[in-house]
Amino acid sequence: MKRHLQLSIKQLSGFYADGSISPRTVVDHSLDDAIKLKRLNAFIRLSPEKALHQAKESDHRYENKEQLGVLDGVPIAIKDNFCTKELTTTCASRMLSNFVPPFNATVCERLANAGAVLIGKTNMDQFAMGSGTVDSIFGPSKNIWSNDLVDKWHIAGGSSGGSATAVAAGICYAAIGSDTGGSTRNPAAYCGVVGLKPTYGLISRHGLIPLVNSMDVPGIFARNVGDCLDVLNAIAGPDDRDSTTIRKPFRKIDMSFNEELDLRNVRIGIPKEYHCEGLSNEVLETWMKVADLLEDSGAHVHQVSLPNTSASIFVYSILNQCEVASNMARYDGIEYGHRAEIESSTEELYANTRAEGFNTVVKTRILTGNYFLLRKNYHKYFEKALRVRRLISEDFKRVFETPKNDENIVDVLLTPTTLTDAPLYNDFVSQSNRDQCAVQDFCTQPANMAGIPAISIPIRLSKRGLPIGLQLMSKSLNEEMLLRVAGWIEQQVEFDCLANEQIYAARS
Amino acid sequence: MYKKLLLSKSTSRGFSTQIQTAKTNLKNWKSVVGLEVHAQLLTDSKLFSGSSNEFGAPLNSAVSHFDASIPGTLPVLNRKCVEIGVKTAIALGCRVNEVSMFDRKHYFYADLPVGYQITQQRAALANDGELTFPVIVPGKKTYYKKARLLQLQLEQDSGKSLHDEELKRSLVDLNRAGAPLIELVFAPDLETGEEAASLVKELILILKSLRSCSCKMEEGALRVDANISIHRSGEPFGVRTEVKNIGSVRSISQAITFEIQRQFEVKLNGGVITNETRSWDATTRSTVPMRDKEVLQDYRFMPEPNLPPLRLNTSATDTSCSDIISVASISRGIPELPEDTRSNLIKKYQLSQDVAVILVNEAKLLQYFISIMEHVPGIPAKLVTNFLINDLLTFCNKRNVDIEDCQLSYIHLEDILSALHAGTINLQAGRELIEIIHENPSQKVQTLIKDHNLEQITDEKMIEQFCRQAIEQHEQAVKQYQSGKKKALFAIVGEVSKLSKQKANMKMVVAFLEKILKSE
Repeated sequence: MKRHLQLSIKQLSGFYADGSISPRTVVDHSLDDAIKLKRLNAFIRLSPEKALHQAKESDHRYENKEQLGVLDGVPIAIKDNFCTKELTTTCASRMLSNFVPPFNATVCERLANAGAVLIGKTNMDQFAMGSGTVDSIFGPSKNIWSNDLVDKWHIAGGSSGGSATAVAAGICYAAIGSDTGGSTRNPAAYCGVVGLKPTYGLISRHGLIPLVNSMDVPGIFARNVGDCLDVLNAIAGPDDRDSTTIRKPFRKIDMSFNEELDLRNVRIGIPKEYHCEGLSNEVLETWMKVADLLEDSGAHVHQVSLPNTSASIFVYSILNQCEVASNMARYDGIEYGHRAEIESSTEELYANTRAEGFNTVVKTRILTGNYFLLRKNYHKYFEKALRVRRLISEDFKRVFETPKNDENIVDVLLTPTTLTDAPLYNDFVSQSNRDQCAVQDFCTQPANMAGIPAISIPIRLSKRGLPIGLQLMSKSLNEEMLLRVAGWIEQQVEFDCLANEQIYAARS
Repeated sequence: MYKKLLLSKSTSRGFSTQIQTAKTNLKNWKSVVGLEVHAQLLTDSKLFSGSSNEFGAPLNSAVSHFDASIPGTLPVLNRKCVEIGVKTAIALGCRVNEVSMFDRKHYFYADLPVGYQITQQRAALANDGELTFPVIVPGKKTYYKKARLLQLQLEQDSGKSLHDEELKRSLVDLNRAGAPLIELVFAPDLETGEEAASLVKELILILKSLRSCSCKMEEGALRVDANISIHRSGEPFGVRTEVKNIGSVRSISQAITFEIQRQFEVKLNGGVITNETRSWDATTRSTVPMRDKEVLQDYRFMPEPNLPPLRLNTSATDTSCSDIISVASISRGIPELPEDTRSNLIKKYQLSQDVAVILVNEAKLLQYFISIMEHVPGIPAKLVTNFLINDLLTFCNKRNVDIEDCQLSYIHLEDILSALHAGTINLQAGRELIEIIHENPSQKVQTLIKDHNLEQITDEKMIEQFCRQAIEQHEQAVKQYQSGKKKALFAIVGEVSKLSKQKANMKMVVAFLEKILKSE
């Protein structure tokens, strides 16, 4: 058993600083563990040489007391849709199976500048289109909380299932995912870790291969809220290379006074529309328990209404497919990526390249999106969807900032992240991708539609021994409040995200 | 005379000698022409990336990751392009919009790596401008025409495809991909090819004086597409065709004239005009249907999600805000525009409108004119414009030299005109000097006059001698003149000129001849 496994990032860097353990050792262990836990299929590609080189440099910095900050020497993983210079970035698709980016995504660059050590690139649904990490050309990721990793195993959630798994399995202290409709929070909930989707525009998307530009946000996985904040502080803030980043300089969030959070000043909203069809009793029970816990500790807990919630998933689906149709247009086999072996005409080359390079899910979304964007359909679908998106945004604005007459204003909304615990792989894949996403993204995608921050934190285990998480949402740029409340709940529920047998079985 | 000279210029900068008006004229039928102009902006870098926007760089050497559509790259708007766009919009009398937006226009083509062009379809940078310009048609009086400018938008250029027919390969050069363009959409307010060519000519003058665009059509820096239809007067507009690939100002007039004529002929033969895109073929001088454009495209426009709305400060008074571009402060930096220059010339030097048009059309000619007027005191403007237009420009056209490449310095021209004005040389000698100096620009005019023996003969005795000799040789002409045929004098004058090796003062010759022929 490795002692350092249970440490927080701050504790780990403290040990690095006092010399009780070295980055090199911890990174060695990480790489070892990644190989030992290969059956989870968390990684598409490990980068051992680069990692060991980074670790060595980190060693030197600590020896000379020149460490770059708390992330220096900390092993992390990054989802395979973030460009990493000279390291193949596939989006788990055949289309990009040979794509070696010539530059680093801003997120990767900032993490490297903070001294974090990249262990490898993690598994995902092809082009992040999914909520199970089951549609990858490298095969599905498996949920580490499954009792049986051979036949009856549970999905890790998605689309950032690889990153969630890498953190849940103790391979890395933190990981980067992306979140377009819940792709960070969903696998965080299923894998029992913290998953943060920050405010749209707080973290640069430069170098993130887009799914839906207007909703994509780099997400953060960690084993606790404090670690999550340490990563956020390292990567957030304006970037000239992404015009949609918020231009106001980012002030690092300091949570050292977390204990002092006085819940009497905190207003919690329970949106009734999230009590929806398909919500499992266990999740509902967990949700209510935490609401009671907050109320009992002095918080003002109110039921609120977000009336357009039920329309959100349909609108999300339309906007998603339209942007997908557009974003995928660049994959033609000319400049990079897969190219079909047919050269009779440019049109044939395009058609075959795209037919071979994309899976059915991607192709379906491209076709549907293009249909919605046709001149004759634009008003009926895309434009209408944009209008409903605005209504959803206004719902949130109302409860956070401008309540009507007798309504309560709230600071944070508490909701389920997913409707159930992690489904069995076999059950999950019996449904179409569209049906999977319609259920999985129900509670998570509204935050993307509105651009607001949201976090999923693990609360407890279900009867089946699988994690159940809850989601907190707040108004734009209110990450501090969100993380404070999340941190408070975390302290109360004392969920041990490494308390499952597989982690230790694999390592022994 | 001036018109003909102007129109005979053979470079793309001038008009064409072959201007033909549509031959067949159906009674009561009207032609309608609208233009769409794409102008590449004169900036160091591209519209959304930092790569170079220089023409003629080695193949695929000015290509950023963004230009090559590498996934994960994002567009970052080049402020300079917006400033040039705004400046141009103001000069063309547009309403500059406080908020404009970018859209994606989708189509698959090998030189469009990303699969869509970023343009401004829904909310453009500027709207509702107009352009008033002189129209010059040989044999007709110059008149002014006005065309409404419906929209001015910023957009990306595409790359270039090169097809190797033998190897059956297509090659792509992405240097131009993402280069900044403004598209100007004019209302169908024109009727003829000449009007269209005149509009473009004026637009070129404006864009050049603003330094918005090099306007080199041969480099593709300025591209013109024309929408053309015909209809019976009083009835709605007919089905229009679009003509593309017009490579020079001369071709604009030719292509449109041809297309109007073609449509007339289709109608005459009872045919139907179809909405199609046609290409101008400069070798066969005809428009031909473009095969790959036959299928009606649906561009599936969508807002560009990676660019926030473009906001401008349109307040007339508050221009202080540092970050947002102020329309008012750009507007203060706009130089004198061609139409102002023309009316100033007419006012200050009492030039005719036609002369003013010619001077303004040729920047170098105008500079010569101004410098001569400033440095040769008392010289009549007409003497200068006559010499510049009739003699200098004719020389350039004959030699096929662009006036911009003419070797004569301002000093040369000042000295020649000074000598002409003082009567030291005559016009013929002036013409000779142009030729001599163009070959050997290092010599001074005064030296050349001496070395080449170009001084005018003003000695009365010598002139009398030449005249008497000529009269003897032209008895017939003398008789004709004395019987009232005044033109017959030219034959005798010509002979004097020949005898004096073109050096006699012609004014004195004419006066002397008139005197003695009357008295005899």
